[in-house]
Amino acid sequence: MNERAYERNAFIVMFVVFAALPFVIYPNFGMQLLCFALFACAFNLLIGFGGLLSFGHAMFFGMGSYVGAYAASAWGWPIEAAILLGAATSLLLGVVSGFIAIRRQGIYFAMITLALAQMVYFFCVRAPFTGGENGIQGVKRSHLLGIVDLDNPLAMYYFVFAIFLASFGLIHRIIHSPFGQVLKSIRENEPRAISLGYRAERYKLAAFVMSATLAGLAGATKAMVAENASLTDVYWTMSGEVVLMTLLGGMGTVFGPVVGAVVIISMQSSSSSACSLSAAGSWARSRHGCGAGSRHDLSTST
Amino acid sequence: MNTQALFGQLLIGLINGSFYALLSLGLAVIFGLLNIINFAHGALYMLGAFVAYFLLEKLGLGYWWALAISPIVVGALGVVIERLMLSRLYKLDHLYGLLLTFGLALMIEGGFQHQFGSAGLPYSIPESLQGVQNLGFMYLPNYRAWVIVASIVICLATWFLIERTKLGAYLRAATENPTLVQAFGVNVPRMITLTYGLGVGLAALAGVFAAPIYQVSPQMGSSLIIVVFAVVVIGGMGSIMGSILTGFGLGIIEGLTKYFYPEASNTVIFVIMAIVLMIRPQGLFGQR
Amino acid sequence: MNVKMKTLLAATAVALSATAAQAQYTGNVVKIGVLNDQSSLYADLGGQGSVLAAKMAIEDFKAKEKGLNVEVIFADHQNKPDVATQIANKWIDAEGVDVIVDVPNSGVALAVNEVVRQKNKVFINSGAATSDLTGAKCSPNTVHWTYDTWMLANGTGKAIVKTGGDTWFFITADYAFGHALERDTSNVVKANGGKVLGDVKVPLNTQDFSSFLLQAQSSKAKIIGLANAGGDTINSIKQAAEFGIVKGGQNLAGLLVFLTDVHGIGLDKAQGLILTSTFYWDLNDQTRAWSKRFAAANGNKQPTMVQAGVYAGVLHYLKAVAALKSDADGAKVVDEMKKLPTDDPLFGKGTVRVDGRTIHNAYLFEVKKPSESKGPYDYYKLRATIPAAEAFRPLNEGGCSLVK
Repeated sequence: MNERAYERNAFIVMFVVFAALPFVIYPNFGMQLLCFALFACAFNLLIGFGGLLSFGHAMFFGMGSYVGAYAASAWGWPIEAAILLGAATSLLLGVVSGFIAIRRQGIYFAMITLALAQMVYFFCVRAPFTGGENGIQGVKRSHLLGIVDLDNPLAMYYFVFAIFLASFGLIHRIIHSPFGQVLKSIRENEPRAISLGYRAERYKLAAFVMSATLAGLAGATKAMVAENASLTDVYWTMSGEVVLMTLLGGMGTVFGPVVGAVVIISMQSSSSSACSLSAAGSWARSRHGCGAGSRHDLSTST
Repeated sequence: MNTQALFGQLLIGLINGSFYALLSLGLAVIFGLLNIINFAHGALYMLGAFVAYFLLEKLGLGYWWALAISPIVVGALGVVIERLMLSRLYKLDHLYGLLLTFGLALMIEGGFQHQFGSAGLPYSIPESLQGVQNLGFMYLPNYRAWVIVASIVICLATWFLIERTKLGAYLRAATENPTLVQAFGVNVPRMITLTYGLGVGLAALAGVFAAPIYQVSPQMGSSLIIVVFAVVVIGGMGSIMGSILTGFGLGIIEGLTKYFYPEASNTVIFVIMAIVLMIRPQGLFGQR
Repeated sequence: MNVKMKTLLAATAVALSATAAQAQYTGNVVKIGVLNDQSSLYADLGGQGSVLAAKMAIEDFKAKEKGLNVEVIFADHQNKPDVATQIANKWIDAEGVDVIVDVPNSGVALAVNEVVRQKNKVFINSGAATSDLTGAKCSPNTVHWTYDTWMLANGTGKAIVKTGGDTWFFITADYAFGHALERDTSNVVKANGGKVLGDVKVPLNTQDFSSFLLQAQSSKAKIIGLANAGGDTINSIKQAAEFGIVKGGQNLAGLLVFLTDVHGIGLDKAQGLILTSTFYWDLNDQTRAWSKRFAAANGNKQPTMVQAGVYAGVLHYLKAVAALKSDADGAKVVDEMKKLPTDDPLFGKGTVRVDGRTIHNAYLFEVKKPSESKGPYDYYKLRATIPAAEAFRPLNEGGCSLVK
């Protein structure tokens, strides 16, 4: 099938590009790209396939980042455990906020997620463990499984790459599973799906929680890469950035968010953020303004 | 608890509330009549303040000129935006409008930041409005009193325009059923464009009001915009009177929070928004 | 989009990122990295001016004549610790940067402090306030120039209390820097016989201070201490003028005010403000001469103490490197910097202490009335000189592990 072949080829390209990347560019930068690509993919799961625009995803990314950083620095946890704890925290946060937000739709859903994210931000500013304005510094990477020294940039890069691939694979499985199909049908026509007997709320909540967990995983990994966690991770502009990344790459596509993340993070590192975001914004505008409604959907062929 | 101090805080809350009311009014007009969620509102407010600054710097035209000229200039820009970009999105889901205007806001703010940096530009209070009144429980600057009065007047005038005049009736009809109204010979696209321009002009006006007391800086809109959104959502996204009342009301609540628990004053509005959205998602005064 | 388009897009994206982050290997060069805020809150007090200051230091040191190859690069940390650590890591690993200078914003400075310590290079901070850089987080690779929260608190606080301002009310920015500044100043006020009547903590990104100023007014404290910085300070002062606070008999104490802030507020509103600074362009003949050169190349804007600190810090660093004939081992260079006394036209004579703190004079200034000023940037009059020995926190009080 054409669709399958396309996907497989695109995957191979992505794999090769990222596998070879640390030899071409500075590995730390490549790791940042991967973390944000994962964040964008997690966000895309919710909006592209679940049809829910969340304006508060920074709360999952940021809390994952803070908890992971704190576990690694203050408690001295090994890196795998710290990252998992970060992801688990975002899972819990996703369940709580999901319960509150899912009951509403469209713009109201987006506004509730924004409100919740602002409250999480407020919590992070006040809570002593986050270090407030200074953030958490000096996060140390332990040896992976006690064997591999992750202070070696190449080793750390491939560790992050492995996390990215595993998550990407997970998202892929979710999208192509029966669960994913139901999710898409809910996005297309919720009343119809309900009339067919599906509990739409449950599916949407599940997608929300999964998206939140993976965003937390991305955040915790980023904290290990950058060796710090700060308020920028949890501020609402981070939510805006991930929306932009996904939009730029193409909502509802499998590889779009990855491309979008790479473009935005690259531009950010080479010029001031204001410039890059404005340029990206204009590109996104032109794509969506003209091509609005023609979302590239992998579901259309099945 | 000092009642004098409390009254002072309430009055200040009212002043802040008038900014919220003016800005959320523009947003509510645009959403209520056009179904567009105008995320660029903060950037347009900032533009209003900058136009006032340029009028003074380059042309020597003072505050009162700016009050008249700035909304027209920025409103014209709004008309251009609407014609070129927004009009394509009317048939689609709300969210596309939100995303487009979000991108616009980033572009405008980014561009200005690049050009002017982040430090504020100075703009003084006009001579005629300087000085303070001793109210006994506090000193009220004359300029702030002017802001309250002027905002109330403008808010009521706009409400009256939309809800009670023939023009307003056309506008409301045009958005409810464009084809029918167009069949009656009314130029619907032009009405819609003008409405967007009106909403934008209100934002610019708020910007001119803000210029003498807050910093004229590229960031001034982005710190305000999400609060204003919260106000509109709480008030009810389609209701004009709702946003006015909620704007003033929330300004007062925020003022009280600044007195009792200042650290939370930035967040209290969001807590209220979350609660309202859970109980009554269409907002306190909204209908849909 | 078919596979070809996607591939092309992905390749372009990678190419973009590659050009953005390409490694460049240099040897035989002393490379200085000026890392600060080029685009937002602190761009005026540091920004490109700091880069200019660094270049002037290289010129004045006559690096070429001495056979030293010195280069300067710069980057914008956007006030984000993660962006800053990214840049710092990349600079040191891939671009051969030997010393990082400036870095305003305490959170960012602490993050860079860790990176430089790990990689054994040199960090000369001239822009950040946190006294932790020479206290709990001190490092053998870091030198803290210009100012810190302790010095500000002691300079301004003590001087004001001694001249009769003995009741205080604080308006504090609600984060670590603001708390530290309030705490240090509060201690000084009480130690000198004054009283703190109250305080209010203001969240970040607050534009409107009217409510907090009202609380300060009703406390009837003689002095309203502004434990905040940048735009917050400017806003508080402007709005205080609006509410007639100074006319009503209270005085404002700006605990961290830069020349550029006063320029932004305007003398009519800022007059009478008391502040501490370690450098002012119009202080003496030497500072005047240097500042004239600086302003000519900086769009006629006079230098701030942060930019002066970059100049002095780079000059001293180059002296140390030339003496050692090497820039490879950061800790060794900093040791040399601590051995050599500092001497430059801007700060005069001083030393770098074992905890990394540079000791030099501090000055208490008062902002002139509009009628007293002869032109732009002629804003301060000198009220007192605080000798170097008293200006900074005593060595044993910081909790620095390098102090034996």
